[in-house]
Amino acid sequence: MSTVLANIFSAEFVYMWIRVVTPILLASLGGCICNQAGVVNLGLEGIMLLSALAGVIGGAYGGGLLAGVACGLGVALLVSLIFAYFHLNMEADATLCGTAINTFAAGATVMALFTLTGEKGTSSSLLSFSFPTINIPLIDRIPILGSIVSGHNFVTYVAFLAVFLTWFLFYRTPLGLRIRSIGENPDAAASVGVNVRRTRYVAILLCGLLTGMGGMYMSMGYLSMFTRGMVAGRGFIALAAAAMGQSTPIGALLSSMLFAFFESISNTLQLLALPSQFIRMLPYVATILGLTIYSIQKKNKAYARAQAAVQEK
Amino acid sequence: MNNKQINLLVDAVKLLLIMVITLAVIAAIIFSVSDDPLNALYNFFVGPFLSMRRIGNIVEGACPLTFTAMAVMLIFKAGQFSMISEGSFFIGTGVAMSISLAVPMPTGLHALVALLGAALAGAFIAFIPAILKKTWDVSEVVTSIMLNYVCEFFVIYLVTYHFKETSSSSLASWELAPTSLLPKIVPGTNIHLGVILALLLCVGCWVLTNRSRFGYQLRLTGSNPSFSHYAGIKETGVMVGAQVIAGTIAGMGGGVELLGMYNRFKWTTSPGFGWTGIVVALLAKDNPLLIPLSACFFSYINTGANIMAMNSDVSNDVAQIIQGVIMMLIVSGALLQRWRQKLVVRAAEKEQAEAAAVSASVEA
Repeated sequence: MSTVLANIFSAEFVYMWIRVVTPILLASLGGCICNQAGVVNLGLEGIMLLSALAGVIGGAYGGGLLAGVACGLGVALLVSLIFAYFHLNMEADATLCGTAINTFAAGATVMALFTLTGEKGTSSSLLSFSFPTINIPLIDRIPILGSIVSGHNFVTYVAFLAVFLTWFLFYRTPLGLRIRSIGENPDAAASVGVNVRRTRYVAILLCGLLTGMGGMYMSMGYLSMFTRGMVAGRGFIALAAAAMGQSTPIGALLSSMLFAFFESISNTLQLLALPSQFIRMLPYVATILGLTIYSIQKKNKAYARAQAAVQEK
Repeated sequence: MNNKQINLLVDAVKLLLIMVITLAVIAAIIFSVSDDPLNALYNFFVGPFLSMRRIGNIVEGACPLTFTAMAVMLIFKAGQFSMISEGSFFIGTGVAMSISLAVPMPTGLHALVALLGAALAGAFIAFIPAILKKTWDVSEVVTSIMLNYVCEFFVIYLVTYHFKETSSSSLASWELAPTSLLPKIVPGTNIHLGVILALLLCVGCWVLTNRSRFGYQLRLTGSNPSFSHYAGIKETGVMVGAQVIAGTIAGMGGGVELLGMYNRFKWTTSPGFGWTGIVVALLAKDNPLLIPLSACFFSYINTGANIMAMNSDVSNDVAQIIQGVIMMLIVSGALLQRWRQKLVVRAAEKEQAEAAAVSASVEA
């Protein structure tokens, strides 16, 4: 046990924590944008999976990282567009629409992998391009802090930058104001001239970009190849993080960090002689507990507010 | 035409349209990935009917889907979006395996106890997201999906640490006790007693949802929770009840699948019948009696895809792609909606004109 504790209080652990949070954070920010626009995007999981594979294939056949990124983001946008069309124009329920995309993604990724490589498990036979790791000059010389902050994958820095960008979008741009207003009350927003459907399209596409980056990080950063089902529920965890963070960028960051903590701790706990299945359950159990505690607090707060209102009368 | 006929007509045309689009998608995929697309298509569509054994495969494959789809339908009828049938099903397989291997019992009784155990475990798992939603308003969508992963790991743990066949290189349990297996009922196929159970269950669910007090409350709650609240129905109790029954059914389905089809536990991941159950339930349009048909349809697709994968260069994952596409199209509420409205308006206008003509002739 003490070895586990020593592991947790080490710079390597924090480094790993940041590494693990990257895909969840990106998708969760995407989820925030959709939630704020009043759309619960359950398709995050499928979008991540598809863009993870598309990034690898694009890189391998386009002959470079940029081709991979273009392909990955292109697929993420295309799938988001399909989701948006069916949800907004064809009036499909968002939960079921998202589930349809996840089902499609699970089949389509394996099928594409098999058609191109003849294998169903991994893309190891394809030449992979990964995002570069970046050493920040000067900071990387500082002991401890340097080894935590510096030397991460390019996408990790993008993810943390995206927290700020999402914040800026929400609270400093007219588009952000429109997105938040239709989430608050679509009819009121429409009555003052906001085009609800078009704004939701934009929100879903922006979400697709962020989620696509998160998906590509899985196969071009976290690992350097695609493996079947590699997203493993991170899209759903990201959605839980967005809900728990009340769809604010900072809230999403904090709750993503919380869930990622349990994922990285489960990597450390593998040193213990526990059955690995119990350790691998940890992030999912933590998500259930986290959501539950958050909901209890929310309910208590609402109750307290109602009590206060009664007393004022 | 009255409104009922119009709805029937539009639904039928919508179904036809969905099938045509789906066929086009299948053909497009196969033509783009296969070197011999006609052979692949032949195997896919005609293959499943070429022998008694393959027709048997369709029926056997429809059996687990019937259970999970029934569970999904009950949950959706309560207006909930719990995806727990996947987890309930898999925990059912795990518990049935444990009882089969660890508790010796006489033939018949053994299977019965194993299935009951599986059903109870499934109910317990489905109860968790339901009660969290009821007490603290925790989103059942996310908790149920997370719980599915927990169930998956737990069952794999059971097999790996307690019942693993050490002489086998891949993950498999010891041989299941013959006393617990469900008997085969059609010679030349693997069709087992569970199929009969599934059919009985459909009838039971139809009675439950259409002819019972609980079913009435369920339909009311699902369509309008606040109205049913004011009508004196404990709507949260009905929602939890529906999800627990759903979990029971899915869990039993898991037990039936294991004891009917296998002689060892061989899954290394959750087989996904719960997710497929969603699209099966959606295609059956809220009617328990249509679920076996809908399950047979998707089982036909799965069987066709497997046969195609064996005899051509196209992988069987095409089945899952098709499920996604069909699901997307079924839930599109706006598909053909304008046409439906036009028909309804025209019928109403005609009725009005006739009524006017009648009153005019009366006045004259």
